[in-house]
Amino acid sequence: MIEVKDLRKRFGDNLAVDGLNFEVADGEILGFLGPNGAGKTTTMRILTGYFPPSSGSASIAGHDVVDEPLAARRAVGYLPENVPLYVDMRVREYLDFVGGAKGLKGLEARRETKRVMEATGIAERAGQLIKQLSKGYRQRVGLAQALVADPPVLILDEPTIGLDPRQIVEIRSLIKDMAGSKTVILSSHILPEVAATCQRVVIINQGRLVAQGPPSLLRPERAGNDRLRLAALGDPARLLDLLLATPGVGGVHPEAAPADQPGVAVFSLTAAAEPAARAALAKAVVDSGAGLVELTPIAQSLEEVFVQLITSESGAAPVAEAEAPAGEDAA
Amino acid sequence: MSALTAIYRKEMRAYFCSPIAYVLWTCFVALTGYFFYTGLLYYSMASMQAMQQPWGATLNLQEMLMAPLMSNWSVMLMLISPLLTMRLLSEEKRSGTIELLLSYPLSDASVVLGKFLAALSMFALILLPTLAQVAILFWLGQPHLPAILAGYLGLLFMGAAFIALGLLASALTENQIVSGVLAFVALLMLWVVGWSGNLVGGSLGEALKALALGPHFEGFPKGLIDTADVAYFILFIGFFLFVTIRTLEAKRWKA
Repeated sequence: MIEVKDLRKRFGDNLAVDGLNFEVADGEILGFLGPNGAGKTTTMRILTGYFPPSSGSASIAGHDVVDEPLAARRAVGYLPENVPLYVDMRVREYLDFVGGAKGLKGLEARRETKRVMEATGIAERAGQLIKQLSKGYRQRVGLAQALVADPPVLILDEPTIGLDPRQIVEIRSLIKDMAGSKTVILSSHILPEVAATCQRVVIINQGRLVAQGPPSLLRPERAGNDRLRLAALGDPARLLDLLLATPGVGGVHPEAAPADQPGVAVFSLTAAAEPAARAALAKAVVDSGAGLVELTPIAQSLEEVFVQLITSESGAAPVAEAEAPAGEDAA
Repeated sequence: MSALTAIYRKEMRAYFCSPIAYVLWTCFVALTGYFFYTGLLYYSMASMQAMQQPWGATLNLQEMLMAPLMSNWSVMLMLISPLLTMRLLSEEKRSGTIELLLSYPLSDASVVLGKFLAALSMFALILLPTLAQVAILFWLGQPHLPAILAGYLGLLFMGAAFIALGLLASALTENQIVSGVLAFVALLMLWVVGWSGNLVGGSLGEALKALALGPHFEGFPKGLIDTADVAYFILFIGFFLFVTIRTLEAKRWKA
């Protein structure tokens, strides 16, 4: 459905996208991951025809975004990152306008407005000015305008940024419901979000593809180890010796102790992922007479996953290909 | 086509949902009303005096009242037009809505034309209350209708020219004020560039005079529709709309 080939985009001296290649299959929800400034938005803007690539090509539903811009754009619904809406319009008026701008005739546009308002749960706000809506509702209006005219492809740039946890869950389930019927590219820099919503992920950094595959690619226990944070009351030097001596424990690093908890020593370490290993570790600390205060798995940041992904491959080719059949649930 | 209509409707709505339309309207009506009143008084005084002269009764309502009035209006409209156009594209750029607008399957031309036609409609609506003054003239005397219609045609041509240029200024910047000032200065320059024609002299002087906006309008309120003037306005409008569309396209390529 979406094909990106050798895509490059240069802004002056800065290469924002550098030879990107990926494909998205029909009905697939693709997570597009990367830290801020990785080139996600640039790639999405090329796909939606805001600007053309410097070289390479991108096509949507078989239409090249440069050669057949209107046909390609007809197939796409787009939600930009900061959700730029006409805030002085009422929700219904705005969606009617979008319908017209997407080429629908009056009655058809009004029918679409009704449909997308129901699909995104904003029907009861139809008469309200967009500037009076909360961030969550604006995001829904943004999603609604992308859905107008029922395009087969949705491109959503950070659709849950700035929302509260309840709104995030709602927007995610809206997107998840589209699996199968729509092809979705969803950008994010939040790992759990992508793991929860997407069937496949593409990770980019500095405009280059770092890895692509199922969301399990992002799981920290890839090597069969958990990273843990351990805090205990006791002598730091003795605790360090104890931890180093405990079987199955490695990579022990002392961390700065929290200022408001004097006497607590904090370490980060890796331990085998089995629950028994963690239990044994806790027992060892308690048996030594030190008071166990905290033992928590550390969620990996995206940057750490990058480092892991890049360093785990042979240095020359930092691209991890972990192809999995579409639809496989990597739970 | 429906995309153009959608843009047109949105812009018309924006004019009426902001105070701009009402403020401009009120000010224009007040100013033109004042000019009409003084013009009418002056004309009636002049005609009283003329009646006492043996060579009197050659006063012409169109030439002595309507033409100078319309000439006044044209200057006022030159001041007003940048206020109508300055928001059109620069605001879309500033707020980022242009990104979404350009992701829809519509041509850049329909965006520009939709906005142009909306601003032109607003211009015509601002001009509309002056018809009351024309009605008063018909009640008081016998003005020459075809000449008045020609005058309005000229005003519309000129308004379209102002707006086409203002739209380009709006496409060049994301700051409304900059866009407004740019349009105003450019219009003023084009208005007065002919004045230096006689000083410069020669073919360059003639070219400057031909380039100026004002002289091309002067014929219309006198009831004179010159093909050269009509061609000037159509070329002027076409040129600036074309460059605006190209500027929008160039933004896509550079952005």
